[in-house]
Amino acid sequence: MNPNHLLNSIDVAADWVGLRYVKEDTTFRLVRDGNPEANTRESKQGIMVEVLVDGQFAYYGTSRLDESGIAEAARKAYQLAKAAAAYNIHPFSDNVRPVAKGSYRSSFEAATSALSPGVLSELLVKASNELKVSDKIVTTNALARIVETESKFASSNGSDVDQQYVMVSADYTAVAQDGTVTQKRSDGGMMAKSFQAGLEVFDEADVLRRCRIIGEEAVELLTAEECPTETMDLVLAPDQMMLQIHESVGHALELDRILGDERNYAGWSFVRPGDFGSLQYGSKLMNITFDPTVRNEFASYAFDDGGLKAEKEFLIKEGLLLRGLGGMESQVRSGLKGVANFRSSSWNRAPIDRMANLNLEPGNSSRDEIISSVERGVFMTSNRSWSIDDYRNKFQFGCEYGKLIENGKLTKTVKNPNYRAISNPFWNSLKMIGDPSTFEVYGTPYCGKGEPNQAIRVGHASPLCLFGDIEIFGGA
Amino acid sequence: MKQLFDVICKAIFPDLEADEHLGLSLGGEASTYVRINGATIRQAGNVDECDLGFNLIKEKKRATGSISLSGDESADVKRARTELLRLRKEVTQLPDDPYLVIPNSKETSNSVQSGDLPEPEDIVAGLLPPMGEIDLTGIWASGMVFRGSANSAGGYHWFASDSFSLDCSLITAEERMVKATFAGTEWDPKAYEAFLKDSVAKLEVMKLPPKKIAPGNYRTFIASAGVADVLGMFSWGGISEASIRQGESALGKMRNESIHLSKHFTLSEDFSAGTTPRFNSNGEVAPLETVLIESGELKGTLVNTRTAKEYGIETNYADDEEGLRAPVMSSGELAEANVLKQLGTGVYLSNLHYLNWSDRMGGRITGMTRYACFWVEDGEIVAPIENMRFDDSIYNFLGENLEAVTDKALINPDVGTYEGRNLSSIVCPGILLKSFALTL
Repeated sequence: MNPNHLLNSIDVAADWVGLRYVKEDTTFRLVRDGNPEANTRESKQGIMVEVLVDGQFAYYGTSRLDESGIAEAARKAYQLAKAAAAYNIHPFSDNVRPVAKGSYRSSFEAATSALSPGVLSELLVKASNELKVSDKIVTTNALARIVETESKFASSNGSDVDQQYVMVSADYTAVAQDGTVTQKRSDGGMMAKSFQAGLEVFDEADVLRRCRIIGEEAVELLTAEECPTETMDLVLAPDQMMLQIHESVGHALELDRILGDERNYAGWSFVRPGDFGSLQYGSKLMNITFDPTVRNEFASYAFDDGGLKAEKEFLIKEGLLLRGLGGMESQVRSGLKGVANFRSSSWNRAPIDRMANLNLEPGNSSRDEIISSVERGVFMTSNRSWSIDDYRNKFQFGCEYGKLIENGKLTKTVKNPNYRAISNPFWNSLKMIGDPSTFEVYGTPYCGKGEPNQAIRVGHASPLCLFGDIEIFGGA
Repeated sequence: MKQLFDVICKAIFPDLEADEHLGLSLGGEASTYVRINGATIRQAGNVDECDLGFNLIKEKKRATGSISLSGDESADVKRARTELLRLRKEVTQLPDDPYLVIPNSKETSNSVQSGDLPEPEDIVAGLLPPMGEIDLTGIWASGMVFRGSANSAGGYHWFASDSFSLDCSLITAEERMVKATFAGTEWDPKAYEAFLKDSVAKLEVMKLPPKKIAPGNYRTFIASAGVADVLGMFSWGGISEASIRQGESALGKMRNESIHLSKHFTLSEDFSAGTTPRFNSNGEVAPLETVLIESGELKGTLVNTRTAKEYGIETNYADDEEGLRAPVMSSGELAEANVLKQLGTGVYLSNLHYLNWSDRMGGRITGMTRYACFWVEDGEIVAPIENMRFDDSIYNFLGENLEAVTDKALINPDVGTYEGRNLSSIVCPGILLKSFALTL
C-alpha cells in the first residue's frame, strides 16, 4: 500500500489533503491454569483521509482502500469540513501539518515471526504451570500480545512517512486463596512489560524464573499483615512510578486538556497556560522528559501523526514546568511550546495530544541509600488500582505488594498497600531519586482518552523514588 | 452490510472441512462524529468500519481471528477465505482446549431499527447555532451500528440500529459543570432546543459560591447517572461467574461468605427494551430477563457457555467477558420529589468519575464526585461542593447504609466508543445512603 499513489485519485478543492494508512495485526495468546483460553489474531487496516477547507479539518476513516473509495471519502470529508468551517475553534492552515519525509523501524533482537503459535503456546503453558507454586494458587494466567503495525502517511504538501513497529506485551499472574483471603501478583502490574521488542521478551529461563517469584509472592501475601494506616515515607518501585508519572504528570500536561477539549470526558487540568515557566511542579530532583527516541520503549517513533519530527524535550527541569504535551494544533491554539505527540490510536480516529514515552530521569541515590534513609515507611510495587480527579489533582493509587521499612531496613511484607495525595504537593515531596542502576522501562497498551474514545500505547521509565509524609493505608 | 455478511456466509461455510465448525460475527458502524469545545467545532469526521470475526474449531482445538472488510464483496470474500486458511493452518499447532464451545446454536433473528437522522453535512448547522453563548463541550455521534452472527450449524442473527447522541458538559465561567445527554433515534430540533434550555437552567444553581467539605462520612444521595457508574463496576470483576470462581470478583463474599447487600438492591439483566442485541458473539440468545441480585441476595451470575462447561453449571449465554449488556436496577419507593427532604443534611451527587476497585476482594470502590454535586441542609440545596474523592465498600453503601431507592429508574445510555459506538444502556434509579465515605 502506497498512499502517495492514492493522492492522485482525490479531486476536491481542499487547501490540504493527507492520507494515513494503518495496518495492524494483533496476536493475543492467553493460557489459564495450563489450558488455552484465547488464541486470536485481529487484523485491521484502513485509511484516514483528512482534508483542510477554509481553516477547518475534517476526516473520513474508511477500510475501502481502492481509488474510488478514497475519492468518495475525500469528497465526504470535504463536505463536512465546509459545513463546519463557520464554527471552527481555530482557523488552521497547513503549517500544522509540516512536511515530513522519513522512516522508522522499531528495534528488536529476534523477529517474532520466528516464534510459531505452537511454540509460544507451549511456553505459556509452562509459565502457567510454573506460577502454581502451591495448592493455594487457585488461578494462573500467562499471556502474550504481539502487535505488528505499518503506518504510512502522505500529504498534498509533500509528506512521505513510513513507520513500522513490532510491539510485545507479556504478563504472568497468580491468584492465591486461603479461606476468605485472596491475593494476586503479576509481572509488574497489568501488562506493564510492554516494549518495542521481539522474541527476546520470551526467553524461557527468564520467564519461568519470574513466574516462580510471582507465585511465591502471591502466597506470601496471604499471611501478610494489612498495610498500616499512617502518614509516613513512601518508596515507589519503577513499575508503580510508571502509573504515577502517567496520571499525575502526563495527563495534566496535555495541552488539549489545558485548552478544554477533554472537559466532557477525561477532564481538565490543574495546570494553566500561565504556569509554563513558573510553576514549581515538583522538587528540584524532578526532571521529566518526553522522549520518543528511546530504543525499545513502547511509544518510540520518528514522526507524530501530524508529521512533526519526534525529539527529546525536557517538560520539567529541576522541578520547574517548562513545556506541555501538545502537537502543532495545540501549539498554534495556545501559543505554548509543545512536542511531537499528535497521535491517533488507528486509522479510524483523528490524532489528538497523547503521551508517548514520558520518563523521569534518574538521579544519584542508590537503592540502599534510599531504603536506609527511611526511618518508617512503606515500599510499594506493581500497580493494581488507580483513580484521579478530572483536574489531575486528587489521586488514590494501590499496589499489589508492599514492604514495611523500619529504621532503614525492609522488614515485614504488607498486603493491600494504598496511598492518596494531591499531585503538586506530592511531587514537591520527592525526597530522593534513584540512580541509573534503579532505572527501569515499562509501558502500557491502554491509555484512554478522546471523543470518540481512543486507547493508545505509552511508555514510561523511572528510577526508584522516595516521597515524604504521604497518607498510606490498607484494605477494606 | 447485511447483504455483504450474507454473501460471505454463503461463500465461506461450504469451504469448511468435515471436522471443522465455524462461527462468523460481524460488527461495525457508519458514524459521524462531531467534537465540540466551547460551542465550536474541534474535530469532525466520519468513520465507516466493519470487521468480520472468525471462531474456528477443529477437533479439540480452537483459533479465532478478525479482519477488516472493505465493503467490496469479491475483495472481502477473498480476504475471508485467506483468513480461514490462516486459521486452519494455525489451529492444528495449538494445544487441545478442554472447554471449547462448538457454535451449534440454530436460532435466527433479524432486528433492524431505522431512525430519522440528519445527513452528516447538515449536522453542524442543526447542532451549533442553538448553543449560542453557552460554554458547551462534548461529542455528537450518529449513524448506523450493526452486528451479525452466523455459524456452520445454521444459526443466524442480524441487528442494526440508527441512533444519535450528544453527550456534553455545560460549563460556567467559574468552571462548575453540568453533564447532559440528548440521545434518540429520531432527530427533533425542537426537542433539542428544549433539552438545551433545560440544561442551561440546571447550570444556574452551579453559579452559587462553592462549599469545601472536609473528609468524613456523610448522608449522601447519588443520582441515577452516578449509580450507573457504580453498576458499571459490576462488569469488571463483579457479576461474572468465571471471575467469582477464579478469585477475582468483588462479589466473591456474597457467594463464599453468604454476605448480603441491602434488601433495597435488586439487579437484573433485562433485554426487553430491545436496544441491545440478545445474541452474543457465539450466536447464543440470552434469556429475556435474568435476576442477578434480588433484595440484596446473590441469585445468579452471568455465565457464558465456556464457563458453564468448565464448572459443570448452566449457561445463561452471557458474552465472552460475562459483563452486563442490559442491566436494570429495580426502582424503590422514594419519590424523586422528596429526595432533598429525605436527605435532610448531606451531600447530593449527580455524577461520579474514574471509578476503580481500591480493594476488589473487599468490594471497595474509589472515585471522584463530578459535575452537579451539592451540599444540602435541611432539605435545601445550599451550594455546589468542590470535588471530593470517595472510597467505600459496596458492602457498606449498597449494604446496611442503603436507606432508600428512588421510584424512577432512568435510562443512562452508554456513549462509549473505544471499540466503536456502544449499544447498551444502564437503567437505574437514584440511591439514598445513610453514610458514604469521602476521603480527600
